[in-house]
Amino acid sequence: MNQHLKMDRPQDDVIGTMAQGVIGTAAPRRDGPVKVTGQARYAAETGTGAEAVGVLVRATITKGRVTGMDSDAVRAMPGVLSVITDKRLLRNPAQGTANAAPVQDPGQVAYFGQPIALVVAETFEQARHAAQGLKVRYAAEEAVTDPFADTTEVERPEAKQTEQGDLDAAMTAAEFSVDSTYTTPAQNSAAMEPHASVAEWDGDRLTLHGSYQMVKYNRNELADSLGIDPANVRIRAPYVGGGFGSKLGIAPEAVAAAIAARDLGRAVRVVMSRPQVFEATMRRSGTRQRVRLAADADGRLTGIGHEARVSNLPDEAFSEPVTMATHFLYAGKNRKYAHEIARVHRTCAGSMRAPGEAVGMLALENAMDELAHAAGIDPVELRLRNIPDVHPENGKDYSSRRFADCLRDGAARFGWSARNPKPGQVRDGEWFIGMGVASAARGNILQESQARVILHADATATVETDMTDIGTGTYTILAQIAAEMLGLPLDSVSVRLGDTDFPPAAGSGGSWGAGSAGSAVFLACQKLRQSLADMLDTDPSELTLRDGTVTSSNTQQSLADLLSEDLTTIGHIEPGETSETMQHAGFGAHFAEVAVNAVTGESRVRRMLGVFSAGRILNEQTARSQCHGGMIFGIGAALTEDMVHDHRDGHIVNHNLAEYHIPVNLDIPQLDVVFLEERDAWANPLQSKGVGELGISGAGAAITNAIYNATGVRVRDYPATLDRVLPGLPDD
Amino acid sequence: MRDFDYARAGSRSDATARAGAGAQIIAGGTNLLDLMKLEVMAPEAVVDITRLDLHEISVVEGGGLRIGALVTNSDLAAHDVVRRDYALLSRALLSGATGQLRNKATTGGNLLQRTRCFYFYDTAMPCNKRDPGSGCHARDGFNRILAVLGTSDHCIATHPSDMAVALMALGASVEIEDAAGDVRQMPLNDFYRLPGDTPHIETVLEQGDLITAVLLPKPVAGRQIYRKVRDRSSYAFALVSVAAVVRMEDGKIASAALAFGGLAPKPWRNAKVESALTGKVPSDDLFGQAADILLADAVGFGANDFKIPLARRTLRAVLRQATEATQ
Ligand SMILES: Cc1cc2nc3c(=O)[nH]c(=O)nc-3n(C[C@H](O)[C@H](O)[C@H](O)COP(=O)(O)OP(=O)(O)OC[C@H]3O[C@@H](n4cnc5c(N)ncnc54)[C@H](O)[C@@H]3O)c2cc1C
Ligand code: SF4
Repeated sequence: MNQHLKMDRPQDDVIGTMAQGVIGTAAPRRDGPVKVTGQARYAAETGTGAEAVGVLVRATITKGRVTGMDSDAVRAMPGVLSVITDKRLLRNPAQGTANAAPVQDPGQVAYFGQPIALVVAETFEQARHAAQGLKVRYAAEEAVTDPFADTTEVERPEAKQTEQGDLDAAMTAAEFSVDSTYTTPAQNSAAMEPHASVAEWDGDRLTLHGSYQMVKYNRNELADSLGIDPANVRIRAPYVGGGFGSKLGIAPEAVAAAIAARDLGRAVRVVMSRPQVFEATMRRSGTRQRVRLAADADGRLTGIGHEARVSNLPDEAFSEPVTMATHFLYAGKNRKYAHEIARVHRTCAGSMRAPGEAVGMLALENAMDELAHAAGIDPVELRLRNIPDVHPENGKDYSSRRFADCLRDGAARFGWSARNPKPGQVRDGEWFIGMGVASAARGNILQESQARVILHADATATVETDMTDIGTGTYTILAQIAAEMLGLPLDSVSVRLGDTDFPPAAGSGGSWGAGSAGSAVFLACQKLRQSLADMLDTDPSELTLRDGTVTSSNTQQSLADLLSEDLTTIGHIEPGETSETMQHAGFGAHFAEVAVNAVTGESRVRRMLGVFSAGRILNEQTARSQCHGGMIFGIGAALTEDMVHDHRDGHIVNHNLAEYHIPVNLDIPQLDVVFLEERDAWANPLQSKGVGELGISGAGAAITNAIYNATGVRVRDYPATLDRVLPGLPDD
Repeated sequence: MRDFDYARAGSRSDATARAGAGAQIIAGGTNLLDLMKLEVMAPEAVVDITRLDLHEISVVEGGGLRIGALVTNSDLAAHDVVRRDYALLSRALLSGATGQLRNKATTGGNLLQRTRCFYFYDTAMPCNKRDPGSGCHARDGFNRILAVLGTSDHCIATHPSDMAVALMALGASVEIEDAAGDVRQMPLNDFYRLPGDTPHIETVLEQGDLITAVLLPKPVAGRQIYRKVRDRSSYAFALVSVAAVVRMEDGKIASAALAFGGLAPKPWRNAKVESALTGKVPSDDLFGQAADILLADAVGFGANDFKIPLARRTLRAVLRQATEATQ
């Protein structure tokens, strides 16, 4: 008994006609209490404590081959059980949705810090000490570590070098133009929970308790890495302490734990240390971006150019899709894009929160600010003037887009009119004060997803899907959808997630989780409503379900009385033609007020506002929290986060949280978030859009634009640490 | 971390005897344990001194303060007399680390915390401080947080403490008990050594020495300022810090004590800077001259070049604030 929908047509708003009234409300996170009381079990905490413990060994060369290691000496150390150098160990994690093993064979070293072996011992301390003491011999080879050196090999995928019209001519003819180059550094997701796995075998069947975002893919990646049948792999990830993309694909610790557990005939736990999370999971690629803007006398864009260089290891399919939002955000007839991938021996690059927009919009939105100043047009007004009617490259309509409203509404709320357009004019004691604006845009995606909903005979319900909740609110939102559709109090719905034994969902990534998994739950519930209507010989639209009571035209009874047995359905959503016919994206506008110290160049954000249009908001509180998180990432990107590679060997220098500076509480001022009322019938049957990544897109640019307004210093190399601001400040 | 013997010292002599035999003293453990986990330090034995009777802060006869080596950074910062008479010290302490760390960190341990040089912390990197003679990978590497004063060809690390910078400006001394039970005192300025060609030797302490207290002289009159410049608002080490005690008389600078963090391998104090200010009428020119003297020998290594202008600007701002007429 399934309900399937392929999104070939826009969908009417059904959930909005329901009676329970819980959808959209700020229902508190249901995983909150178990998490703050320590009852939620994260991957590293599973098991009995009797597991053997593995610690990964890092390569201390940048490129070459492992020619030998003194394994025997280490095996002789107290408690050591095994030194594993199996060729199936991973070089780096799988890319998101890869669905197959990433590059294996750790004997071939491709970056400094690459896992090359696993030492397993009775205790963590024994394993760590043995891993630290393992002597490894290498045949080192010449490595390329600088993505921007002239000699570095660069790939230019043809499909990503695109041109429309003649940008050069537009630049020449332009009344106002900008031609600026920006750089953004490598970053790490720095999720609070490090990557961790506990593997146990029962005969040929493997169960992995892991910290993963997309278990349906991870299962196949793990099976492929091990060379076994995916049917024999179960992955459980009921609680994940943050992922931000770094846990999309199966990672070295999982495969290592599985191999070790099989070898030893005993469960094995492998937890990455913080330096290993930095070195051996995914980095966000650093970028160099040239942005060109050409405008007429009214500030209307006649041309946009966005040319980016990013980097990754050889043989990696992913490359940071820098120009994503540039394609659809602003008008301009003449357009040019370039995408270069430098092949370097640095930690693998992968998706980190809003891959593409998070860095691409820093440059684009700075360039828009530069254009506003060049043209003497207010930066909000400049953006409003350049909102295209249809997609400027393929002519598609936007599925929904209250972009202009976000800019106008935000400007009014923020008090934008009080901004002095001339930089360096506003002082508060030792501080320069400035305001900045930037647009937000992030493509919206629907992914195939399934969920099972069981309506129990006692008028409670259970939702089961392998979807994960990585701190985003999935448990809560799926309960709200089911409760709304089935007319049940929220407490009557339980949600079980993160287990490959449940129907496969989209997983957490690309901000598609709520819309995709939520639609699957919605569809299952629609089918259940049909079943109830059938029992009453009526049409589902005649049915009012509320607080466990069923009302149809002339009868009212309790749901429990109506049900004589459990009803089970699977909802199944698939993207369809609407993905092709329309341009889908969430939009928004960021406003920031920033203080820059006139003596030291220290920048501190004083207040920030994000106004977003993201379709139906499924839960006011979790959506807001996602936007807060995104804006905080934006503050980090603008001011502090910089994962430094040593210029000689590419190793990550500041691989701990004391020296990789994510913002602390004191760096975060009042953050206001406003959602504009919006529905998107083309997106999915819930009419929602993704929010998780929208909040970061553009956020950092609002801050650097505010630094410019405060001081007249244009920092084009992120982050805007004080040493980059200082040279432009007046002699105090 | 390698296996180690653990002993809890029952008395000072027990502590110094064990330390004399090679045990590493452990107090709050907030620095030592991290270094042991990474095997940057790998002592065979540690001696835990936290039960020793060194937790008191007491006012010394004739003025001055005696701070037990085990007084936590939190307790020291919150102490009434410190807040009233040595406010600079409170401020420096509170600008350091986090509440949790300050609850564990001790006065003695804070003085002896090791550098935060990235390359010192990574055992795969050559580092003369960790592994004498192996080289210094920081010098030509990412040296943004490292020193511009007092460096040598062998090491350019900074001393990361905020507390020690304040103590330096306040003219503190360190009290040390050795394995023979002898107690000596020395000014903090003489306690630290510059790296020279032995960057692994950071202080004058000998094996077996136990810091028992820090002594502050009688409170001096004047305005006290601690200014810390850093990469984020909290939980970041100083890029540059300035501690100042400046007393004005008749519109002139009667005395100035200045110490600097983030610039050098030790909390930095330069008497010439202070004498250039003493007896003078404050002016931007004068402050600029003071900065010139301070930074005359400063050398940057690329990424840390900015510390030189930053120190200059910060010093001038601190002096302006210290000398402006009271509102
Ligand atoms: C993430 C992080 C951020 C930090 N930020 C700052 C900051 O911003 N500013 C700042 O100033 N500090 C900062 N700290 C450092 C912190 O202040 C020190 O770790 C702390 O003060 C050390 O004190 P402890 O008692 O824990 O020392 P321990 O770790 O116990 O010992 C440190 C050293 O001192 C020796 N030792 C300790 N007591 C004695 C004694 N009585 N006699 C002889 N030897 C002794 C030990 O043998 C050891 O070598 C930070 C630390 C961390 C981990
Ligand atoms: S600066 Fe000093 S601590 Fe840093 S690597 Fe060089 S020798 Fe080691």
